[in-house]
Amino acid sequence: MGKGHFENWGESAIADNSQQTDTSTDIDTDDKNQFNSGQHGGQIVVDSMEGSMGKIGDPKILRRLAQNREAARKSRLRKKAYVQQLESSRIKLTHLEQELKRARQQGMFIAAGASGDHNSVVGGNGALAFDMDYSRWLDDHQRLINDLRSAVNTQIPDNELRILVEAVMSHYDEIFRLKSIATKSDVFHMLSGMWKTPAERCFLWIGGFRSSEILKMLGNHLEPLTDQQLMGICNLQQSSQQAEDALSQGMEALQQSLVDTLSVGFTSSGNVGDYMGQMAIAMGKITTLENFLHQADLLRQQTLQQLHRILTTRQSARAFLVISDYMSRLRALSSLWLARPKD
Amino acid sequence: MQYQAATTTDSWRTTSNTGHYYNYNGYNYSYNYVPVKHHCPTITTDPLERVAKLASQNAVVIFSLSTCCMCYAVKSLFSGMGVNPTVYELDEDPVRGKEIERALVRLMGSATAVPVVFIGGKLVGSMDRVMGAHINETLVPLLKEAGALWL
Repeated sequence: MGKGHFENWGESAIADNSQQTDTSTDIDTDDKNQFNSGQHGGQIVVDSMEGSMGKIGDPKILRRLAQNREAARKSRLRKKAYVQQLESSRIKLTHLEQELKRARQQGMFIAAGASGDHNSVVGGNGALAFDMDYSRWLDDHQRLINDLRSAVNTQIPDNELRILVEAVMSHYDEIFRLKSIATKSDVFHMLSGMWKTPAERCFLWIGGFRSSEILKMLGNHLEPLTDQQLMGICNLQQSSQQAEDALSQGMEALQQSLVDTLSVGFTSSGNVGDYMGQMAIAMGKITTLENFLHQADLLRQQTLQQLHRILTTRQSARAFLVISDYMSRLRALSSLWLARPKD
Repeated sequence: MQYQAATTTDSWRTTSNTGHYYNYNGYNYSYNYVPVKHHCPTITTDPLERVAKLASQNAVVIFSLSTCCMCYAVKSLFSGMGVNPTVYELDEDPVRGKEIERALVRLMGSATAVPVVFIGGKLVGSMDRVMGAHINETLVPLLKEAGALWL
């Protein structure tokens, strides 16, 4: 315990003081006065020590310490506020990204390739590409339907009407082709129905519309029907319903099997090999999921084709108009709901 | 739904290369067997022949895997129609299952062997074909012809 040690102590104490406080700047002058005054109690009398330990009751030192505490507290509060701001900005960013995605789906292209989603570049590209293709398809579909509508209203001859009906039919084939490609690229996006509007998503069945529901909806709007046609429509409704039920049950079995695969071995002693093995099995089941979505789309396509086969040209035209208008109303409902005044 | 093992208890017949006719049952005896000069195999091992054989024995035959969910969907479809198919679960056949699976992959030209559906001994196909046939009203007549449906 040499004098030098104490001096260092004191000096470092003084140095610490000056670092801690950004408000009190009069340390040194105070200390210097104390050094010079030479009035100290206590046995350990060292120049530098006196400055910090000798005058504990000194109001200036008390004030300085209080200011230190205050400054530190304010600093912590500022830091907290900054972090909270960062957090809310992050949430806002996520919301904006979602809105952007939604806006794109509704055909408003905002020029910016920026996507912060690094994790799903490949999947994201497939999803984005489909969303854009779908938007374009909807526009083309609307144009075809409008042509069909005016053709029906002006009562053009059947052979000309048939060309328009065939065009709508092939155009439906086109969306199924696009869906097929997109499913292989991003099955989850296609199954989620995020490429559809919210109201449509309400009625989603394995990544698309329910054929049996469409047929039920068409029911009364197809009259007059011959007895044979009526039977054909009834059979179609029944067979599509049966096929849907079969696929639904298969999907349920698949979901259960996926749950089972992911539930194996939660004990901490499980090794990485087992984990990777289970994950590989689970990946295989996702491939099966693609197959189910493909089958569901095939069912939708085949139902439309059979409908077209049963009906006359004029009846088919009317059927396509009804289906299209129904889907339009669902989409309009989504927009109206989104735009509703909220209080 | 009837589940049968594809190998053990069925009896089947085939003609040897020499045209002699013999019969094999699970008990390894034969009658009407005429010894031939050169060696010929006692069991035809061509899996596709086996498939055709099994397919011809029942009105509706489904080749399946017990773990396959699409197979489950096909079975559901037939049950829902009141049809009682004969199902061969290839993963439960330790002897012949794998080779029949491989044969089906070649037959169907697809990566997945199952489900494969035969009606009245004739190949209908996988889920897409079955569903398509149902939608375009060709499935029910086929089933009635094979005696699997009476309505």
